[in-house]
Amino acid sequence: MAFKQISSPHGHNPQNTGWIMQLVLLSTVPGFLALSYQFGWGSFINLIVAVVTSLTAETAILACRNRPIAFYLKDYSAVVTAVLLALALPPLVPWWVVVVGSLFSIVIAKQLYGGLGYNPFNPAMVGYVVLLISFPIEMTTWITPLSLLPDGVSHPGLWESMSIVFAGSAPVDGVTGATPLDIFKHSSGLVVDQIYQNEALFSQASFAGVGWEWVNVGFLIGGLILLKTGVFTWHGPLAMLGTLALMSILFWDGGSSESPGSPIMHLFSGASMMGAFFILTDPVSSAVSNRGRLIYGALIGLLVYVIRAWGNYPDAIAFAVLLANFAAPFIDNYTLPRTYGHTDRRKATEKQEEK
Amino acid sequence: MSRIWEIPGGVHPPENKQQSMTRSIGHLPLPATLVIPLHQHIGAPAKVAVTVGQTVLKGQKLTDASNLNNLPVHASSSGTVIAIDDKPVAHPSGLNALCVTIATDGKDQWIEHAGISDFRQCDPHNLLQMITEAGIAGMGGAGFPAAIKLSPSNDKPVDTFIINATECEPYITADDAAMQEKTQDLIQGIEIVGHILNNPSRVLVGIENNKPQAIVALRSHIKERSIEVVSFPTKYPSGGEKQLIYILTGREVPSGGLPSDLGMVCLNIGTLIAIKRAIIDGEPLISRITTVTGEACGVNRNYDVLIGTPISHLLAHNEFDERNCSRLIMGGPMMGFSLTSTEVPVVKTTNCILASSYSEIPSDLPAQACIRCGLCAEVCPASLLPQQLFWYAQAKDQERLEAHNLFDCIECGACSYVCPSNIPLVQHYRSSKGEIRKANIDKIDSDNARQRFEFRKLRLEQADEQRQVKREARRLATEQARATNSTVQSGSSAADIIAAAQQRAMTKQSTPEQQKAKFERALLAAQSRLEEAENRLTEATAHGTAEQQARCSASLESARQKVDQTQNRLKELSD
Ligand code: SF4
Ligand code: SF4
Repeated sequence: MAFKQISSPHGHNPQNTGWIMQLVLLSTVPGFLALSYQFGWGSFINLIVAVVTSLTAETAILACRNRPIAFYLKDYSAVVTAVLLALALPPLVPWWVVVVGSLFSIVIAKQLYGGLGYNPFNPAMVGYVVLLISFPIEMTTWITPLSLLPDGVSHPGLWESMSIVFAGSAPVDGVTGATPLDIFKHSSGLVVDQIYQNEALFSQASFAGVGWEWVNVGFLIGGLILLKTGVFTWHGPLAMLGTLALMSILFWDGGSSESPGSPIMHLFSGASMMGAFFILTDPVSSAVSNRGRLIYGALIGLLVYVIRAWGNYPDAIAFAVLLANFAAPFIDNYTLPRTYGHTDRRKATEKQEEK
Repeated sequence: MSRIWEIPGGVHPPENKQQSMTRSIGHLPLPATLVIPLHQHIGAPAKVAVTVGQTVLKGQKLTDASNLNNLPVHASSSGTVIAIDDKPVAHPSGLNALCVTIATDGKDQWIEHAGISDFRQCDPHNLLQMITEAGIAGMGGAGFPAAIKLSPSNDKPVDTFIINATECEPYITADDAAMQEKTQDLIQGIEIVGHILNNPSRVLVGIENNKPQAIVALRSHIKERSIEVVSFPTKYPSGGEKQLIYILTGREVPSGGLPSDLGMVCLNIGTLIAIKRAIIDGEPLISRITTVTGEACGVNRNYDVLIGTPISHLLAHNEFDERNCSRLIMGGPMMGFSLTSTEVPVVKTTNCILASSYSEIPSDLPAQACIRCGLCAEVCPASLLPQQLFWYAQAKDQERLEAHNLFDCIECGACSYVCPSNIPLVQHYRSSKGEIRKANIDKIDSDNARQRFEFRKLRLEQADEQRQVKREARRLATEQARATNSTVQSGSSAADIIAAAQQRAMTKQSTPEQQKAKFERALLAAQSRLEEAENRLTEATAHGTAEQQARCSASLESARQKVDQTQNRLKELSD
């Protein structure tokens, strides 16, 4: 009898891409819960809208490209993109904002580049940046964290939230407010201590900024789970957070009125933790080697700080990640590991090994 | 206790070793026929020394060969030669090769043979000659002639002798069993090699810690001697020669180099036991220990198998269930290659026959896109970037592939094993390596062609010049003649010229017979060039620089192509 000729290795460990993506999804749960607890139903609605839009878009494009739909949907990558975008958007943004963002992420940033594995830019962040530039008002209107709501006001319930998102009804006064990074951006002239005394967002915080600190802790926990399961290595996240912390120490300036804020505030505000563990770890668009990922992470940390401190936007994860995506292939060329039996690391561009 | 170094990467596939270790090494009934491939090692094939119909004794040489590059093969049992022809053999390419088939007579009668009891009095050169005569090729991997490994010609003296007892592939337990049951033989083998190598200062047995009984057996037998048994944590592929050298010494074999460049020699368990048998007992390499395992076999066990035993014979005695067999693998699951037929014979390098069930090794899942997750790079023992290699392999970017050190990939399969997208990475690397080798050969070919062309141009120019000179001289001579004699010579008419040209063309076009003879001559010449190239390659692999090796393998390849071409032409002609 004849047997099939199959090349080695024979057998495989049980891990597969769909499973890795599911792990990523599961690990967003703590962050998602913190967001929902602090800011109400908005993130949940974002999530549903984004996932439905993304899956529809992915299916449609796969059909146009004549690809087996079920096979590709099973890799869960579209869901991951949708979830990350949804969690980055402000709760209670109008539904069409989410739809436009998701479409951009899936259709333009991912599928038009060839689908999973071929996209040079992080799809969720492409969607985010498009939205931020096109709809600045919607994208910068954040909800007031739970404990800072004025007396007698609470977050809108599920139905009310839906009417805000889908029918455009206006939320009650006091439900929207500034974020810690907004406050630092707009309160020039005050020294840090004054800001901390004047702003309830800081004066009532446990360590960084009411509400936001816990959202960041949530994403930190999720990130540590992923680190533990080996979905990614520590290099990118640590380099990014480390650089961000280092920069905020260097420019802390004794808490003067010029100071862009403390390291703790930067690490636990805005999308810092989510960016570090869920955005820049997107393997497709990042640098490949561990050394490359150190540089890539550090570059993002640096850009985030520079834009936050001296740029026009209060937060900057999306811009920083996209800029670093541009740099990733370049970083890759110069960060090859040293192979066994070679005295030195090589460059990807060299034609002949330098002895 | 020696210090150990940890290799980067590595994986921990399920070991599946216990099932074949429940019983001691077994023996099989004599098979009715033995099929012995004549070429079982790296290097030149040897010439057949027997004829069909001839009776042979156990241990009788089947090929004429007696230098380092030309290993002989021997009859594994007594009987009659019934065929000398091309048969399917175990080779990843699935090609046929020349084999001697012996119908066994059941007497298993030995040829006269004698060993030497006191090898220490023997000159290492004679011992090496005996090892070559016994046909011993490395029994772990590629089948490199053992005597070549033992006589490194570079000036570096061998100071470290490493015994590779790692056996890191899942399922395989042949070395483990041998270490436990043939401990004495093994240690004698180590001593013989120690003597040949002029007693290197360090003798290290590298063994993974998943073989506690073998470790105990070795340690208890070699207490007083200077051999050190070093155990280290189990991890695939610690048993790769380069990896093991790093684990034990912290040094790396330079890219494209050999262990001998570091003053090291590395042999495996099977080879050492074969060396002991060759020297002390005078027995050539005619059997080896092979693991028969996998869920498609009712019995999982190690056997002392005669070289040439058809796999079907092994399977038949181990309750093989063909319908349940998902693949038949020679070697282990990580690096072994799949067999398409059960009729191929056991050869010197066959350490395992794995007949897996469908639940054990299911069919490969379809590959998904590379998500650049980097899991492959995390496990690569050579610190390569498998995902980048894959990327450039798809793009056929040979420059980038070489810059990413494709040729340092040991094809261990760790990357494919973990790839969540089920990409058959190793397969891509193999074909890229093939393409690059081919391109290099083409380049050398075209370089040669260019040289030839330039040389020819030069020659033509010189000839032209000479003609010019002569013509000038003639012209002068004619002018002089004309001056003295005014009669005009009659030139040849146009018709004459055409007739002469036709005549020439006629003679040029030879008959088919002539053409055939010509091609046959060309084939013979090409074959002898091929043989020569093979010899040179073996020589270069053993002693030469990487560059020499590359050049030799290139010329080997072009010689091979030439042979193929000529064969094809010949075939076309006879069709
Ligand atoms: S493990 Fe597979 S999917 Fe991941 S980077 Fe390597 S080749 Fe790509
Ligand atoms: S097969 Fe090659 S690239 Fe893959 S892990 Fe082994 S050495 Fe590295």
